[in-house]
Amino acid sequence: MSAIIDVLQSIIPSAFLFATPLIFTALGGVFSERSGIINIGLEGLMIMGAFLGVVINLELYPILGSTLTPWVSIIIAAIIGSLFASLHAIATVTFRADQVVSGVAINFLALGIGLFMIKQLYGKGQTDMVQGMLRSTDIPILSDIPLIGPIFFENTYYTNWIAVILAFVVWYIIFKTPFGLRLRSVGEHPFAADSVGINVNRMRYIAVMLSGFFGGAGGAIFALTFAGNFYMGTINGQGFIALAAVVFGKWHPLGALGAAVFFGVAQSLSVIGGGIPLLDSIPSVYLQIAPYVLTILALVGLVGRADAPKALGTPFVKGSR
Amino acid sequence: MNKRFAFLTILLSLSLVLAACGSGGSESGSNQDCEPDSNFVKAGIVTDEGGVDDKSFNQSAWEGLQAYGDEHCLEKGEHFDYAQSNSDTEYDSNLTRLTQSDYELVFGIGYKLTEAIEKVAEQNPDTKYALVDEVAEGDNIASITFKEHQGSFLVGVAAALKTETGKVGFVGGMDSPLINKFEVGYIAGVKSIDPSIEIDVRYAETFSDAGKGRQIANSMYNSDADVIYHAAGGAGNGVFNEAKDIKNNNPDRDVWVIGVDRDQYEEGALEVDDTEYNVTLTSMVKRVDISVQDVIERTMDGEFPAGETLEYGLSDNGISAADTNEEAYTEDIKSEVEDWKEQIQNGDIDVPSTHDELDEFLENL
Repeated sequence: MSAIIDVLQSIIPSAFLFATPLIFTALGGVFSERSGIINIGLEGLMIMGAFLGVVINLELYPILGSTLTPWVSIIIAAIIGSLFASLHAIATVTFRADQVVSGVAINFLALGIGLFMIKQLYGKGQTDMVQGMLRSTDIPILSDIPLIGPIFFENTYYTNWIAVILAFVVWYIIFKTPFGLRLRSVGEHPFAADSVGINVNRMRYIAVMLSGFFGGAGGAIFALTFAGNFYMGTINGQGFIALAAVVFGKWHPLGALGAAVFFGVAQSLSVIGGGIPLLDSIPSVYLQIAPYVLTILALVGLVGRADAPKALGTPFVKGSR
Repeated sequence: MNKRFAFLTILLSLSLVLAACGSGGSESGSNQDCEPDSNFVKAGIVTDEGGVDDKSFNQSAWEGLQAYGDEHCLEKGEHFDYAQSNSDTEYDSNLTRLTQSDYELVFGIGYKLTEAIEKVAEQNPDTKYALVDEVAEGDNIASITFKEHQGSFLVGVAAALKTETGKVGFVGGMDSPLINKFEVGYIAGVKSIDPSIEIDVRYAETFSDAGKGRQIANSMYNSDADVIYHAAGGAGNGVFNEAKDIKNNNPDRDVWVIGVDRDQYEEGALEVDDTEYNVTLTSMVKRVDISVQDVIERTMDGEFPAGETLEYGLSDNGISAADTNEEAYTEDIKSEVEDWKEQIQNGDIDVPSTHDELDEFLENL
């Protein structure tokens, strides 16, 4: 029994840690796609967030100190991230450009801006290590609960729990509020939504900018928990995994949460499985490919049909029908 | 219809332009007060994706080239320069570009450029090439390699002397013959001090994903390892951050990281409640700069080692263990490491560089 608890204690915190930036970004993806705008640019939004998070952190640390700096960096990264995402909205909503192409452009643009600015600001291709990293703590009271406490609340990050709470908040917003109803209707049937007086383009702008807000926060959190600096490879593929989590979670905030945690568990199994008594006899190749195999199996077998919002990918032209 | 394409075009081209700009750089180290050496060699380096400020071997190579430039009063852009590759499709074109701009000696930095340099060298038999970190075939190519296993042996000795839990870790980037050299040398070093020390060896299968690096470090430190040697490039940043996080929560707990390629002392620094700590025990330093300078000097003397494989090691200072963290890397450890270093240099110890050699080495302990 205690062996199992040991195993859980090593896998779950690390899985959760890895999942947190994915949860943030995937929630952003849910907003955007629910409104009918494909967001391949999540990777770029995360890159932007990581870049901003690191630069702001470096600049503000001497002023704000180690407790405040990471939080302020994440919030500013999220806000500027939403402005950056508005480029995607301008391209796809106002100019009705191909949403996939625009998303790809966002990915290139974010990395280009990031590296260019780093070169201009610091004269090098990557930043120094930031001092104001997010730090793990024991959550008071909750960490004293037997069994659950050590697994979930010891040496954890507040961002982990903020991500979980946000998933529920987003679920409430999308499914229980008038705003959410409008958002969904715009993504399912924009003409019907338009006919009852909803401003389709405005809703889509808001949704895409929200995805920039969450994606920026996700990128900043990734940089401030794992990498500690910004360079070409700080974000490599996490945005696409978050996009997969959106689809895997059937465009549902709680589904996206579950999918992100699932990816986290699969990844931490593959990474730390070799150190676990039960799993160390399995050749490491199998553990390395496990996340991908598990994803395919889950998509085929467990999740069932993934129904995208009906109007996903189609620009709205008022009065075209 | 036109408007939307116009906007997209602008967005796309802007992104490409900016991405290209990022690699440029216009700093000029001009030496106005002296005359360039008359028999200088026009030399350039082609980096891999890391770029000339990767805090690793690309930067080190560039520093070597700059030192050569300073010494002989040369100017960047005129007599020596670098070309940064932002993806592996750019190796060919960068090598060709420098060749066509009349560079006499072109360095390829990193094993990833092996194929490209062999191809370009064959097409341009009159230009000299040098490849760092891998052996390339060609009559006009010099291959520069390092005895990383020797340096890894020394930091292994340091790790074994430092550990209090009797368990240490190794995080590798890719499970490849090059990184295996680091692993094998490290294991040999640790076991030479105390065969009972346990070594947890894992590969991240990436040189860039700090997330994986951190998860591996997390599980190693959790299972009581207290010194981790990383040879994983950017993924190694995750190892540093995990160690720093542990230190931050509990400054009394001793966890250490051993850096790689350059002295990674700065990466290990942190401040807890106004007290400064550093988790970097030492680093396995690989002096690519020395090797680059050496090859250029030889070429100036008309002795370019064409078709040869040069191996830099402890004796020519191509490899060393950093001693910046004086508090952790104590005098005792330092003198013990020096001791082993001499034994290696004298040939008393033959440090293994492959798994087969390691097995043999461990049997004879």
